[in-house]
Amino acid sequence: MKPLQQFNDLASRRQFLKSSAMGLGTAAFGALVARAQTTGAQTAGASVGTHFQPKARRVIFLFMAGAPSQIDLFDYKPDLQKQFRKPLPASISQGQRVTAMTLGKEQLVAPSMFKFSRQGKNGVYMSELLPHLSTVVDDLCLIKSTHTDAINHDPAKTLICTGSEIPGKASLGSWLSYGLGRMNENLPDFVVMNSAFWTGGTGNVQALYSRLWGSGFLPSKHQGVSFQPSGDPVLFLSNPPGVSKESRHRMLDLVTKLNQQHLDEIGDPEIQTTIAQQEMAFRMQTSVPELTDLSQEPEHILDMYGPEVGKSGSFARNCLLARRMIERDVRFIQLFHRGWDHHVGLPKKLRGQAYDVDQPCAALLKDLKQRGLLDDTLVVFAGEFGRTTYGQGNLTQTSYGRDHHPRCFTTWMAGAGIKGGITYGQTDDFSYNIVEDPVHVRDFNATILHQLGIDHNRLTFPFLGLDQRLTGVEETHVIKRILS
Amino acid sequence: MKILLATPCLLLIALFASLSLASTSHAKEANSTSPTLSYNQDVRPILSNNCFHCHGSDEESREADVRLDVSGSVDLEEMIARITSTDLEEKMPPADSNKQLSPEQIEILKRWIAAGAPYEEHWAFVPPQVHNVPICQDTKWSDQPIDRFVLARLERAGLLPKAKTDKRTLLRRVTFDLTGLPPTLDEIHAFLSDSSDKAYENLVDRLLAQPQYGEHMAKYWLDLVRFADTNGLHHDHYREMTPYRDWVIRAFNDNLGFDDFITDQIAGDLLEEPSIDQQIASGFNRLHLIIDAGTALPQESFTRNVVDRVSAVGTAFLGLTLQCAVCHDHKYDPITRQNFYELYAFFNNFDGAPETGGRRGLDFKRGLQPPYLELPTPAQAEERQQLEREIADLAAKIEALKAKPDDADALKALTDQLAQQQAARDALVTAIPATLVMKERAEVRPTHMLNRGVYDQPGDLVERNTPAFLPPMVEKEGPKTRLDLAKWLVAPSHPLTARVAVNRFWQQLFGVGLVKTSEDFGAQGEAPSHPQLLDHLALQFVQSGWNVKSLMRSIVLSQTYQQSSQASREEYVSDPGNRLLGRGSRFRIDAEMIRDQVLSVSGLLNPTMYGKSVKPPQPAGLWKIVAMPSSYPRVFQSDTGDQIYRRSVYTFWKRGLPPPQMTIFDAPSRESCIARRERTNTPLQALLLMNEEQYFAAARHYARTLLQQTDLNDEERIRQAYESITSQRPDDATLSELQNAREAFRQIYTADPASTQAMLGGSEDAELAAWTMLVHSLLNLDSTKTRE
Repeated sequence: MKPLQQFNDLASRRQFLKSSAMGLGTAAFGALVARAQTTGAQTAGASVGTHFQPKARRVIFLFMAGAPSQIDLFDYKPDLQKQFRKPLPASISQGQRVTAMTLGKEQLVAPSMFKFSRQGKNGVYMSELLPHLSTVVDDLCLIKSTHTDAINHDPAKTLICTGSEIPGKASLGSWLSYGLGRMNENLPDFVVMNSAFWTGGTGNVQALYSRLWGSGFLPSKHQGVSFQPSGDPVLFLSNPPGVSKESRHRMLDLVTKLNQQHLDEIGDPEIQTTIAQQEMAFRMQTSVPELTDLSQEPEHILDMYGPEVGKSGSFARNCLLARRMIERDVRFIQLFHRGWDHHVGLPKKLRGQAYDVDQPCAALLKDLKQRGLLDDTLVVFAGEFGRTTYGQGNLTQTSYGRDHHPRCFTTWMAGAGIKGGITYGQTDDFSYNIVEDPVHVRDFNATILHQLGIDHNRLTFPFLGLDQRLTGVEETHVIKRILS
Repeated sequence: MKILLATPCLLLIALFASLSLASTSHAKEANSTSPTLSYNQDVRPILSNNCFHCHGSDEESREADVRLDVSGSVDLEEMIARITSTDLEEKMPPADSNKQLSPEQIEILKRWIAAGAPYEEHWAFVPPQVHNVPICQDTKWSDQPIDRFVLARLERAGLLPKAKTDKRTLLRRVTFDLTGLPPTLDEIHAFLSDSSDKAYENLVDRLLAQPQYGEHMAKYWLDLVRFADTNGLHHDHYREMTPYRDWVIRAFNDNLGFDDFITDQIAGDLLEEPSIDQQIASGFNRLHLIIDAGTALPQESFTRNVVDRVSAVGTAFLGLTLQCAVCHDHKYDPITRQNFYELYAFFNNFDGAPETGGRRGLDFKRGLQPPYLELPTPAQAEERQQLEREIADLAAKIEALKAKPDDADALKALTDQLAQQQAARDALVTAIPATLVMKERAEVRPTHMLNRGVYDQPGDLVERNTPAFLPPMVEKEGPKTRLDLAKWLVAPSHPLTARVAVNRFWQQLFGVGLVKTSEDFGAQGEAPSHPQLLDHLALQFVQSGWNVKSLMRSIVLSQTYQQSSQASREEYVSDPGNRLLGRGSRFRIDAEMIRDQVLSVSGLLNPTMYGKSVKPPQPAGLWKIVAMPSSYPRVFQSDTGDQIYRRSVYTFWKRGLPPPQMTIFDAPSRESCIARRERTNTPLQALLLMNEEQYFAAARHYARTLLQQTDLNDEERIRQAYESITSQRPDDATLSELQNAREAFRQIYTADPASTQAMLGGSEDAELAAWTMLVHSLLNLDSTKTRE
């Protein structure tokens, strides 16, 4: 066991001792109800595991599952128009492997049909598909030179989310929970929310796997808690039919007393932990519904997030929920939005996807900013890879698809110590190869850890004979030049 | 994370934690009582963790041509100078390694060098030795070898074992440990009233003979070999291998020798005239994740599958992380890249496609991918033949009629009939059990080492072989086969196979293995807390003919196992994992046992064994957030009737999103081989136990049963409920708490008929509602989910 892990376990045990001391006594559960009213940070474990002063206390990771086209959204390549339907030069493709879908097919250049214009104080190019995000471009750092190893969805998603293409490793959020300890007494520290397209039709959405927010080899208490779009937001949150609050209270009162009695007979402090976890479960029964209840959100805030915010399970709604979680000090929130895998009919589908995320992303940034939360909240946006400059499927000026492309894609970061209004890295004229400042997805993850005060080399866990790290054994660099 | 040690309170914690670890106490003891250090116990862990990364077996990453994993390759004085240097340029380990030696570690290394730097082979790579059973100060406690090895260790630490636990606790413990279920009331009373000397021994034999034993043992094995009902990649389609699970259950129940158990799985298909069971067992080689055709490149998928297969052999049988050597020589263990590909060569001759096929056809529907084995009942086989004959007849008649174009009506009738018969045949075939099996290509596929492990970067050719640091394979004419590999694994001289196996069985019974890192017996794994005991058990195991039941029996009959888990808080805090075995182990039972217990005590458990996986209810919409439109299955549909009350070992396991009732309680996703589960205690677990639909329904069911027993008064009902759920009798204080609570619940539900109706589906029976809450409370006790 590593000192950090020992510390966390003991720190939480200490915290349990403290909280059970409050919770026990003659009215075993009386104190709990009172505490359930107070939400927000009880920062017992916060930042104990940092290696240096963090810039970010919390992170929102907007994951675009399926891989958005960087060429149509961020990576402006005006000269490509002249290359329409011309074969991609071998000097550019450089023997790059392709997927089974386009193996042996001609690689004809498909320029973006979308207009780009300069936005913000530094005139950063943005696609017309992102009018709202364009208004907050001065907060964004576009990383145009992100790249990855895998060419297919499953390994690529597993790589960016867990640091390895092979299932079994711990996800980013679970590393944070393990490394930084508990931050929140009433809510989970790592929350996941899922959504899929609304306007792009009912085409292909790529699969997700709970491993993407799983804890791998770390203890499972660090795994992400997936909030459900319907039913209980947290699995098994609601009392069964007929179990009223009063009845639940009485039941827990009884259970706590008997557990305490047993603890007096047998010395195992694990019983104390059970008591504390039941207390927290009880508090969550209040804190989670309070969190997901949007009825107190004013009209003008709802409007910011756009028309889809009213729909349960929409990306817009999840963005608003993410803001509410940030206010309540949930440390790591990961949104998965599916539907970006545009092998054919990209223009129509991409329009739909952009509609889904453009306004909510912009609203989230503005909303955090106006509450002073963007200063210590890092917001990042990424898919698992990019898309090819050559077309797939029927190729005309206004209709085309694009295949998977691991060599370059655009991601962005905003908030907590990230320079705004800039771009980082350059791709060639085809948006095919990186020509300046490559950022591997490991570097991307290391930078997130860095903003949270963690040296990615030093956050380790022993498993299978290795000191496991989120960033693995390859060389990894924090992207220092985008930090303010 | 050394930075954390900056604050004094953390230093204290680190010290306090190190006291609790058996292996560290070894080092301490060596310091105080013995002038000699053990290389394996004291020195190697320091070198491995701090130095081998750059000065170990991997040539590629070796710095300054210095290696510390073998003797005679380093200037020892220079080594002392470097590890004690204050010059940051000179100091070892270097700052950028994030490793740092503690003063105690430096002291150990100095003493080791002063003694001439003696090396020993890594303990796990040396065959188990015969050790004399220690003579202990206390000669009365037990004369069984297991106990004397344990007691000697305790006495060295100045500790005493605990007294034997009470009969009820012992019964509950051993019943859970051997069958995964709690004892029934009848079993409790039978055991309590048996005052013979042999009562416990007879109980153990009875439990080992129950079919539930095999179901329980299988659960651990299925984690280890990552058994699941879906492919785990991309679409995560359905796959059918449940006959393999049935075979594992039967193998444990029939007490198949563990050597055969291993051989059949690695190479059952290569045995002479393999039995059906041996063919089924060879499906071990098919349990890896597999991608569906269409996105990856088949050659890449092929490579990935073989690596997965080899890794499984490493974790499951050798307790080694072989996959490190896919790209480079292992940094800590003497496994070279060549060693890896020589093992790879045994498994790269699979005669089948590397990706699953298209979505059409019966195979896809049945979750099958050739080669597979069909297991029809005689009736099914006969019916199928019959249908095939009729279909052939009809087809012939139709051909004949086609020659006479006038007879359109007759042709249509026959065509309809044919379609009907074909549908009947397809329905029949779909119902026939089948399972994926291993099959070897006739011609051996050549194996190249892959540069950096990349599928299209072949390097030098290699031949099938086993790593040089382990005993050699028996020489023979012609190419070595998987069967030779299996025989090599179970050869009595093999240092790892038996140790790794007995350690996992020990782990099942004590919560932690003698080697805590049961998945890793390499240099980076933890040294055994009781090395001689481990050797003793391994040797006994092999001598007994790899007899698993006899091993389990000898352990649970030991005094060590039967100790009370009642101890002071200080004792729990100073040895939280009970590594010294100075008390009975107390730990939370696994997810499956928690659910099975709820079903069992409430009387809902359906004990039907074997067959296809079943889907007990889970919250709606879970699969929807991960599935693709053409994932099969895509929508979760709960089973109905008493199928939903089967034991959890039969629960359908979708790798992309396994049942939350299982994963919330630390069950792995079955995407990779897992030799031990973590054991956490979380609010989500508390919510699950409080609110899961089936668990609450079970409370209601049991409450109803209690009330139907009209010959009982309320106190007797409470006593019965308490006893059947916890296996204990309530003391007066507990009884009065329970009575008060029941009265309070009755008042709550009398005053709130709406809640009563909601709970009971329309009935206003406040009495039943109150009893439901009482049972529900008992199911939520810490001791209910704990094996004490």
